[in-house]
Amino acid sequence: MDLITPGLGLVFWSIITFLFLLIVLKKFAWKPILGAIDERENGIKNALEAADKARLEMENLKADNERILNEARAEREAMLKDAREIKNKMVSDAKEEAQEQATKMITQAQEAIENEKRSAMAELKNHVASLSIEIAEKVVREELSNKGRQLELVESMLGDAKLN
Amino acid sequence: MTITGIAAIGAGIAVIGAGMGIGKIGESAMNAMARQPEIQGKLQTSALILAAFVEAVALFGVVASLIV
Amino acid sequence: MTLNTLRAVLFLVFSLAIANPGFAVQENDSEDNGFNAKEMIMHHVKDAHEFHIVEWNNKPISIPLPIILYTDNGLVTFMSSEFHHDDSGTQIVEKNGDRFVKYHEKIYQLNAGVDTLTFDEEDHPTNAVLPLDFSITRNVFMMWVTMLLLFIIFITSARKYKKANKFVPSGIASFMEPLVIFIRDEVAIPMIGENKYRKFMPFLLSVFFFIWINNIFGLIPVLNGANVSGNIAFTLSLALFTFFITMFSGNKNYWKHIFWMPGVPVPMKIFLAPIEIIGMFVKPFSLTIRLFANITAGHIIILSLMSLIFIFKSVFIAPVSVGFSLFILIIEIVVTAIQAYIFTVLSALYIGSATAEEDNH
Repeated sequence: MDLITPGLGLVFWSIITFLFLLIVLKKFAWKPILGAIDERENGIKNALEAADKARLEMENLKADNERILNEARAEREAMLKDAREIKNKMVSDAKEEAQEQATKMITQAQEAIENEKRSAMAELKNHVASLSIEIAEKVVREELSNKGRQLELVESMLGDAKLN
Repeated sequence: MTITGIAAIGAGIAVIGAGMGIGKIGESAMNAMARQPEIQGKLQTSALILAAFVEAVALFGVVASLIV
Repeated sequence: MTLNTLRAVLFLVFSLAIANPGFAVQENDSEDNGFNAKEMIMHHVKDAHEFHIVEWNNKPISIPLPIILYTDNGLVTFMSSEFHHDDSGTQIVEKNGDRFVKYHEKIYQLNAGVDTLTFDEEDHPTNAVLPLDFSITRNVFMMWVTMLLLFIIFITSARKYKKANKFVPSGIASFMEPLVIFIRDEVAIPMIGENKYRKFMPFLLSVFFFIWINNIFGLIPVLNGANVSGNIAFTLSLALFTFFITMFSGNKNYWKHIFWMPGVPVPMKIFLAPIEIIGMFVKPFSLTIRLFANITAGHIIILSLMSLIFIFKSVFIAPVSVGFSLFILIIEIVVTAIQAYIFTVLSALYIGSATAEEDNH
């Protein structure tokens, strides 16, 4: 029975002692220890977060680089394509122009030839005409100098006329 | 037999009950730990707390025997 | 000795010793052998007014402790050595005209003109009164030793954190930190909750280490069973702390659950209220009894086993006795930590139930 009857004195001293212990340890031990642990854990957490963030940034950077590279590549591709097109176009243009020029020249030449031909023909005609006239004059002159001849001629001419 | 002896027998019976109770808790805790080793810590804590509750009842018996 | 007999003896000793400390030895206790196991055990388990270390040449070697009494005439103080190790009420100490005797570790104030104590049938003194005893007893003394040890350990640890690199605890701090973190992560946070545990951490840590160190001190034989945590006054005081902290931190929700349980019909509410109110007081009571009975039972078992040597008056029983008590002692070392842990966990649980919010009960 004695064993389980709490003695007033011991209860009193227990409460005093524990209260004192609680207050002193709270102020001088638990606060700094828990504070330090908390601080350290926060530090670790922050460091981990920072590392995560850095990694994410790295990834972003990498993705950016990739993108820029791709863009550059595409641009180059486009430029090359453009250049090729321009080249083709220029070539074909030049060809066309040359063709045109050639055709034009040919036509001009033909025209010139034609003209020349025509003028040559005309000259030839004139020549032939004058020559014929001369010949005719000479013939006529000769013919007319002889009366019989004259008559004969007229006769033939008339005969011709009749025939016509 | 004196009253003390009778009280002691009563306390003994209380202890048997608590022993069986704690045994049951231990058995189930072991089973659960074998099934799910990943939450072993949690199971251990709960098992200890439950054992403490069961034990308290037995201790009341022991204390009753101390009183008489 | 085969394993089975060993088991049988173990079982016998256990069941007898646990059931009643005195019972196991009472039957064997004959008057003529001069050794009363029950008396010896009770002497060790109970509080004392002097720090008895060892008996040498029939002379006790002990540290005297101050006795502080509150009588009708005010405070009376003197050293316990004035009783000259007498515990049978024959040595009378006279102070301020009052005469005191010590009988079975209780100090009585004798009535005028009486020299010997007399008791009635219920062990109440007939010719003396019991003054209020605020003595620095063995337990109080050990409590202070524990307190000083805790101050040394934890204030040194705290200093370690203040020094240069606070991210790496060194020395004693690196040993204590896992325990502190254990209390925080395994006890406070799961039981009280992430948001509110901070306020109660100092109490939980103090109570855990105070009980633990006291339990360990109780197991050291040279300190002669300074059974602090096995004293009901001590455990009651700590349980009272838990009780009042629970009371004062209890929120509206907690009181509602006690007096007017929500979610049940009205007759049930009326029926539940007294049960809850009783439960409110049973909680600290069970805390008190659990720690007290566990630690005291451990001490009693060890001492009973040791007493067997003197009861049987045989050297041959000594190895068995010592072997068993070593075994129990090892179990007790585990029990010291477990009981401190359980006291802390249950305190946290009670506090947690008092501070829980509406939605998570």
